[in-house]
Amino acid sequence: MFEQIKHSMETIAGVAMYPITSMLIFFSFFLGLAVWVYSYKKEKIDELSQIPLND
Amino acid sequence: MEVQQFYYDNKIVKKFIYATILFGVVAMLVGRLEAFFYLFPNLTDGISWLSYGRLRPLHTNAAIFAFVGNAMFAGVYYSMQRLLKARMFSDFLSNVNFWGWQLIIVAAAITLPLGITTSKEYAELEWPIDIAIALIWVVFGINMIGTLIKRRERHLYVAIWFYIATFVTVAVLHIFNSLELPVSLTKSYSVYAGVQDALVQWWYGHNAVAFFLTTPYLGLMYYFVPKAANRPVYSYRLSIVHFWSLIFIYIWAGPHHLLYSALPNWAQNLGVVFSIMLIAPSWGGMINGLLTLRGVWDKVRVDPILKFFVVAITGYGMATFEGPMLSLKNVNAIAHFTDWIVAHVHVGALAWNGFMAYGMIYWLIPRMTKGTLYSTKLANFHFWIGTLGIILYALPMYVAGFVQASMWKQFNPDGSLTYGNFLETVKEIMPMYAMRATGGTLYLIGMLVLVYNIIRTIKANANIEDELAEAPALEKISAGRVKGEKFHPWLERKPIQLTILATVAILIGGIVQIVPTIMVKSNIPTITSVKPYTPLELEGRDLYIREGCVGCHSQQVRPFRSEVERYGPQSKAGEFVYDHPFLWGSKRTGPDLLRCGGKYNDNWHFNHFWNPQSISAGSIMPSYKWLFDNEPMDISLIEKKMKAMRELGVPYTDYEIANAQKLIHLQSSQIEKNLHSDPDFVKSYEESKKKAAANGEKFVPMADREIVAMIAYIQRLGTDIKVKDKSKQ
Repeated sequence: MFEQIKHSMETIAGVAMYPITSMLIFFSFFLGLAVWVYSYKKEKIDELSQIPLND
Repeated sequence: MEVQQFYYDNKIVKKFIYATILFGVVAMLVGRLEAFFYLFPNLTDGISWLSYGRLRPLHTNAAIFAFVGNAMFAGVYYSMQRLLKARMFSDFLSNVNFWGWQLIIVAAAITLPLGITTSKEYAELEWPIDIAIALIWVVFGINMIGTLIKRRERHLYVAIWFYIATFVTVAVLHIFNSLELPVSLTKSYSVYAGVQDALVQWWYGHNAVAFFLTTPYLGLMYYFVPKAANRPVYSYRLSIVHFWSLIFIYIWAGPHHLLYSALPNWAQNLGVVFSIMLIAPSWGGMINGLLTLRGVWDKVRVDPILKFFVVAITGYGMATFEGPMLSLKNVNAIAHFTDWIVAHVHVGALAWNGFMAYGMIYWLIPRMTKGTLYSTKLANFHFWIGTLGIILYALPMYVAGFVQASMWKQFNPDGSLTYGNFLETVKEIMPMYAMRATGGTLYLIGMLVLVYNIIRTIKANANIEDELAEAPALEKISAGRVKGEKFHPWLERKPIQLTILATVAILIGGIVQIVPTIMVKSNIPTITSVKPYTPLELEGRDLYIREGCVGCHSQQVRPFRSEVERYGPQSKAGEFVYDHPFLWGSKRTGPDLLRCGGKYNDNWHFNHFWNPQSISAGSIMPSYKWLFDNEPMDISLIEKKMKAMRELGVPYTDYEIANAQKLIHLQSSQIEKNLHSDPDFVKSYEESKKKAAANGEKFVPMADREIVAMIAYIQRLGTDIKVKDKSKQ
């Protein structure tokens, strides 16, 4: 099966870009997400989560 | 700071709730009828527009777009106004959204039973309705973004993000999957063929589940569960992670619907990997929803609304665990094409969407009518009978799926199939079909109890009026980031930027998967012996599409010994290059038809379509008597159809197009001649000729009737490959 995948992958021009780009996209995406979330102050989070209860 | 007074538009919410209830009953009634067809296949014998194949898409479309869709709009319109402290941007647009959506539903309810369908699952509606859907969806989007702009709450609560992602993604999916070339007002061909059509369709199909049935309902969960429990969501941080990772990963998972098909392997594997990854955000969301109830579990004991929410979220958890498991190739090999999938989708639809909607309705109606629910007891009864209904629906279907798949794959010691006759595997699961019909009926009874309870509540309480609210206007602050402001807080107050980022997140997956399959030719090796359909076969194929045959019959032989033994050589991507649209199917209530051509003679098919049970005792296929009607088949569009196909890359010559009608007659006369080899046919044919003469009716020769085109198509299926094998010998 792997041979088959390799074969169809090899026929795409510049395929080496794919895994590298994917890796970079994913790594930075989730790293960025983690940084966002943990950079919040506790009070801000509390304030945000109260929004639906304040109408 | 100036405090502004304004009114929340409750009337639009009311309208959407009423539509939800009405179409919920309709969708479930049609579902009941469908379930009973399994037990009594000829329940509506001879009535084309009440046949199983044509009603199945009506059931799924009504459940998804009419019932779940209207409930979604009701919830979004209610919660968005309050979360943003603003009335909807435009009452006019709200009403266009409402009435436009209902018109689309009515159009679907008329066209689908008439057999006007593209046959692509959950995208069956023909092109004029597709355009209407796109327009109404844009109206919804403008109304939403307009409200975001005139809001009085600085921060966009997480529910709003889910609504934004829903709007953006459904728009992208709908447009790309509905690209079709019209032939007439009621007929079009998908611009994609075969493997590519399959990939785009399941990229759409899977993400319709993701972004129509899941993300908006998660938004509703993040609003209504805290409201009903009167406490904030368990972890707001988790909800941020939930949102971004869910929309980022979901979009990639579509190809898990095409495992072991002729789709290139790399795309299949990509689908599997992302499906497994989806467990994380899905369960993060489920846990976040359930833990919101921490400390109020005592209330769950008495409050039917919370009960509905708990089972809904649990159903979400079950379905989103099961989904990734079903995406594993070894599990998929068993489950795909069986009733297991039917169980899976109904856990999602009945528990997650249905119970979320019920909880919301029971919460909203008393609030908007400024009173209490007519009967909490009845709501509790609804909860229990609904839950029982789900269990009684899903469990037998799981058993049926396992039993049938095991029987399909069972071999004798001598290497032959133990259950070589497909029908044996159907007869075995009939009791399960009966139980399923019972489970569905219980669920419908619950729905009717809701109808009664809500009508009594509305009658007893005040009329639903717009609700006065006040909030300070938003102060203008800099468009850029304020000093010390982090990126995400900034993003949260910038709806446009948030929308763009969400769009980027969903487009990445789509582009990586779809573009190579469409652009890279070598992904679909050509097979020289594969030729376009003859004009008669093309007409037959359109009849196959009209009658919804694809709902029960796949055209996709997977590379398993059991399937190759039963159906013939496995599917190859190159076989489908002229299939606009693809007809691989997703369920085998009957056997696969990919290699059906030449397996039986024309008379077999003729008799089988007239009365399946006369050929195969115990078959649950309905008869298709209207294909035999004494009326000439409509072939007036054939030249246009062939020209459209040519535009899409099917190599029909000028000669073939100019002589299409002649070619049809040549081929159909041959089939009629073949039919005459059966003395019974000759006898009844002469009788019907006499009968027509006696009644003074014009007699249409069999060659000109629809059934002959259908036979021509079925006899063609899979024969291109067989031709190749012969030439080798």
